[in-house]
Amino acid sequence: MSGVRVLVGTRKGAFILTSDERRQEWEITGPHFAGWEVYHLKGSPLHPDRIFAAPSGGWFGQTMQRSDDGGKTWEVVGNNFGYEGDPGTHQWYDGTQHPWEFKRVWHLEPSHTDPDTVYAGVEDAALFRSTDGGMTWNELSGLREAKGHLWQPGAGGMCLHTILLDPANPDRIVTAISAAGCFRTDDGGTSWFPVTHGLKSEWELPDPEAEIGHCVHNLAMHPSRPDTIYMQKHWDVMRTDNGGKLWYEVSGNLPSDFGFPISVHPHEPETIYVVPIKSDSEHFPPEGKLRVYRSRSGGNEWEPLTKGLPQENCWVNVLRDAMSTDSLDSGGIYFGTTGGQVYVSPNGGDTWDTIVHDLPSVTSIEVQTLR
Amino acid sequence: MSEIRVVLPYHLRTLARSEREVQVQVSGTPTQQAVLDALEQHFPTLRGTIREHGSASRRPLLRFFACGQDLSHEAPDALLPDAVVNGKEPFMIIGAMAGG
Repeated sequence: MSGVRVLVGTRKGAFILTSDERRQEWEITGPHFAGWEVYHLKGSPLHPDRIFAAPSGGWFGQTMQRSDDGGKTWEVVGNNFGYEGDPGTHQWYDGTQHPWEFKRVWHLEPSHTDPDTVYAGVEDAALFRSTDGGMTWNELSGLREAKGHLWQPGAGGMCLHTILLDPANPDRIVTAISAAGCFRTDDGGTSWFPVTHGLKSEWELPDPEAEIGHCVHNLAMHPSRPDTIYMQKHWDVMRTDNGGKLWYEVSGNLPSDFGFPISVHPHEPETIYVVPIKSDSEHFPPEGKLRVYRSRSGGNEWEPLTKGLPQENCWVNVLRDAMSTDSLDSGGIYFGTTGGQVYVSPNGGDTWDTIVHDLPSVTSIEVQTLR
Repeated sequence: MSEIRVVLPYHLRTLARSEREVQVQVSGTPTQQAVLDALEQHFPTLRGTIREHGSASRRPLLRFFACGQDLSHEAPDALLPDAVVNGKEPFMIIGAMAGG
């Protein structure tokens, strides 16, 4: 029988939620790494029982953990994220240049082709790769050469938070960095270039169409259509059909085009999901109604999905890595909130159930489909 | 050779899978740096959690206490108090109070 395993990162540890394919009854384990902030954990698509996790905290810094038994036990792996060479400086809040300093791991992306290879997006923004199961890490420093001296931290820090690995072309990787933009490599990570043409940030940048500085919140891609990438930007939901060479807006009739996560249906490349948030000044759902919006046309035309979600007095946020999908036939959609709720829709968003009410603030959701 | 008692805070005990107090053997001059080197040698999972990788500087929100004194700002190569060296008192690694 098929099933799902939901990996939940929170401000106070990680939790693992498992169910069979009906997704009605759930077993919950955790907190794993109790007391640590777990921005992200994610399993290998090749060996699903191999899971990488990135617990960190203000006192003891970054630790890295790996499980090879589906999260039952964990082993401490390498946490040395040393920048390659002299990393130089980037823009600071006061206009001066500031040295690059490692702060934490935001996102982990296990390879599609090698279970020992995993990528880590970190703050201060950089991309690291391990080819030994997380024991050692090496920076792909060519990314910082893509005008890194112009990058500057946003309110959440200067973080590399999204990593898209092209399943058809292992040499192509697309990353997103808050308040810096979107970057692509076509040679396995040696050289990088910005892919921001078409983005407009009228309220955030003095030059709304600048190459560097767009605050990209999240990217999503369907594995069958790697040239089509969807973006939730600080404001605007965007889309490209040529790997980022040109973006165009697909916000359409959304009640707000500010938000954090964006996801693609597992079997319908033109069906996408966002969670509109009122504004960058008020990080909660419009009107206190928690609504996922679905577009079946790749954007522009959106419908609210509300059945089973709170439609009054709901003032939570949904963070950029806190929405994911399974790949069961009916297409399950999941998201977690800063209020500690985790929701599942086993039918592509038509109806929603609450898996758990009272976790710590949820930072990330990743779903593994177990067959 | 000195046998140094080291008290670890909760989160480091879970990483090291150790008891609250551990003992490490320090050869040569018993300094703060020598104790931390020996601790990380014995418990590699603690590397980078007490001192930064690269610079080996103390993480900002950690404190080193011993014999009722805060040794956090002592030079890494300063000698430890005699009571720590002879095993009467532990060298304590503390997660600093952080307000709130």
